[in-house]
Amino acid sequence: MTPDMELIADKVYDGARLTFDDAMTVWACPDLPLLGHLAQHVRFRKHPKRVVTFIVSRNINYTNVCWVQCKFCAFYRLPKSDEAYLLPHEEIFAKIQALVDVGGYEILIQGGLNPKLRVDYFEDLFGSIRARFPSVHIHGLSVSEILYIAKLSKLSLEDTLVRLRESGMATIPGAGGEILDDEPRDIIAPYKDSTEEWLHVMRVAHGLGMRSTATMMYGHVESIEHRIKHLMRVRELQDETGGFTAFAAWSFQPDGTDLVIEKRSSGLEHLKMMALCRLMLDNVDGLQASWVTQGPKIAQASLEYGVNDFGQTMMEENVVSAAGTSHFVNAEEICRLIRNAGYTPRLRNAYYDDMGDPDDLPTAPTAATAEKGADNE
Amino acid sequence: MPTRIPIRDERLLPLHAKVLEGDRLSWDDGLLLYESHDLNGVGYMANIVRERKHGSKAYWVRNQHLNYTNVCNKFCRFCSFYAKKGGPVAYTLSMAEVEERLRAHLDIPITEVHIVGGIHPRLPYSYYLDLLQTVRGVRPDAHIKAFTMIELQQIQLVANKPMDEVLSDLRDAGLGSLPGGGVEVLSDRLHVELFDRKLDGEEWLETARAAHRAGFRSNVTMLYGHLERPVERVEHMVKIRELQDETGGFLTFIPLSFHPENTDLDHIPPPTGQDDLRNIAVGRLMLDNVDHIKSFWIMNTAPITQVALWYGADDTDGTIQEYEITRDAETNTRQVLTRAQLVEMIAEAGRDPVERDTMYNVIAA
Repeated sequence: MTPDMELIADKVYDGARLTFDDAMTVWACPDLPLLGHLAQHVRFRKHPKRVVTFIVSRNINYTNVCWVQCKFCAFYRLPKSDEAYLLPHEEIFAKIQALVDVGGYEILIQGGLNPKLRVDYFEDLFGSIRARFPSVHIHGLSVSEILYIAKLSKLSLEDTLVRLRESGMATIPGAGGEILDDEPRDIIAPYKDSTEEWLHVMRVAHGLGMRSTATMMYGHVESIEHRIKHLMRVRELQDETGGFTAFAAWSFQPDGTDLVIEKRSSGLEHLKMMALCRLMLDNVDGLQASWVTQGPKIAQASLEYGVNDFGQTMMEENVVSAAGTSHFVNAEEICRLIRNAGYTPRLRNAYYDDMGDPDDLPTAPTAATAEKGADNE
Repeated sequence: MPTRIPIRDERLLPLHAKVLEGDRLSWDDGLLLYESHDLNGVGYMANIVRERKHGSKAYWVRNQHLNYTNVCNKFCRFCSFYAKKGGPVAYTLSMAEVEERLRAHLDIPITEVHIVGGIHPRLPYSYYLDLLQTVRGVRPDAHIKAFTMIELQQIQLVANKPMDEVLSDLRDAGLGSLPGGGVEVLSDRLHVELFDRKLDGEEWLETARAAHRAGFRSNVTMLYGHLERPVERVEHMVKIRELQDETGGFLTFIPLSFHPENTDLDHIPPPTGQDDLRNIAVGRLMLDNVDHIKSFWIMNTAPITQVALWYGADDTDGTIQEYEITRDAETNTRQVLTRAQLVEMIAEAGRDPVERDTMYNVIAA
């Protein structure tokens, strides 16, 4: 261990908070098993059991209409495009029914900034979902959508959030956080909400008692300094509100977008990012794997780099796959990957409460397929 | 206060002490390396050995693979390459086709041609000699690494001569060294279960011994992720280590990640990322007398190979043209990494890329 990493290790073992400079030292360290070891130290302090959780949920992208034209996005269509869509309620209900049929209990509902949809559309949608599927949790609407709905509806942010919550939207995804530093953010998403706006919406939501996740999209025009500032801003807000349940970070997928980069971020960089997130975000409980962008091999390896949650079964994924990447993993495969690494898979909800044994799902994996692996003789 | 040694699983600490002393790990140690949940602890120890032997160097080679036939009479259950009824169309390259394949990449300054094929019962002895001579004719400066121990046995069968004479003929025709494939797992149980028409473990070791005694170096692989158990992987490594003590002929150990698709075992899910990293690391720790551990990126994937450079691997194989064995039947894509991609992949991992030839002479650092 180099002397500067020994100082980091001391802080990690003592439970002391890492500074910006410490994060730079961690990032400069190429020793992967050491970084993984330190991240696992924090992981096991927060989650002493050898358990990795995941949630059976599905993505529903209710509309792809969006005028913001973020350069990193291959999903959106302008309002007049032939490929623009708004899903009819019945189609959304059918998707939820398909989720319920496989034992799922959460939907992640996100779309674009569609100028035709005001708060009453969402109240109606969420209200009718809740009426039909009272047990399904609605995790929905990114910060950008919430801000835009408030503007279109001529409501305050607080009133908008209260009305959305009363209609059934329970928690907020961290998507759209992108990179929380205006220097790179203004380049990749010039028309989107600013760093301060994003943090403000989360602050207000947390203040109203709504929980959310936080995310980062890295590997585009940002520097490592920007990533660290992002992590520190999330950490600061978390000190203030305690409202973030978990953090996720994924690498930018360039195909079909207007953002040209020299090369895609690697799996190795993802493992280092996971370790850095775990070490910096000492006050955020969960850290999620990103199998959609990294594929199952690196996602599983990230369980040794501080990750304690395998994210969600998606059933469909339209945003990242529009950018040329589509890894698909079902609940059975998630369980296999978790067991193979020597952990017990458990289901969770959006609040990270235990939701039982995934083997009890209607599509539970058979023992024969789940037991194979290095540690299962 | 936790220990300053970055190992979580305390059961690994006695092994760590042995590693620091340079002491040999036992059979039971090998089992513990597979059993422990502390992959980073295992990787950390493997990296100590790796850096002791090679510092921060990570080797790559500019090579071309050539698979001269997919006709095979061994019907191994884990193989998707051999021509089966209704499977891929059987082919055997003519010498003109061999020349053509080599000439297609003459613009690349390769230092190695890697040749393996199926066990085609009707190829005459002269085919193998012609093959070597043809390759030497087109690529006189490249090292020819050809024929697994399985092929060598077949060549001896059709030559109908003692092995020493066969090896001498092959050397005269241009053979430089032997690759490590075909050994799978040195286990009687798995031999019966999966590849009973091939050499058994003892015969494989005997053939490798003969090649080494004749002055050839060879590699050695281990196919994992099918029906084998950790104890059988340890057995495999211990047997290789014993022969290596005797001959010193093995250059590189290459754990191969099983690809179940299109094989008789396609109900088995593929090895995980942690399986891949662990087999590299355990190989590095158990095979203290083998110089190099390769992460064959074409089977482990490039991302895992890059990470493996910190879990015991010092070699990545190379640019690889024309690899057919695990070629994707659906998309028909050939897998190639350019020199720039390989070098960048190694450098990003914080390792020093070193272009090598087959015998690990440095071409360029």
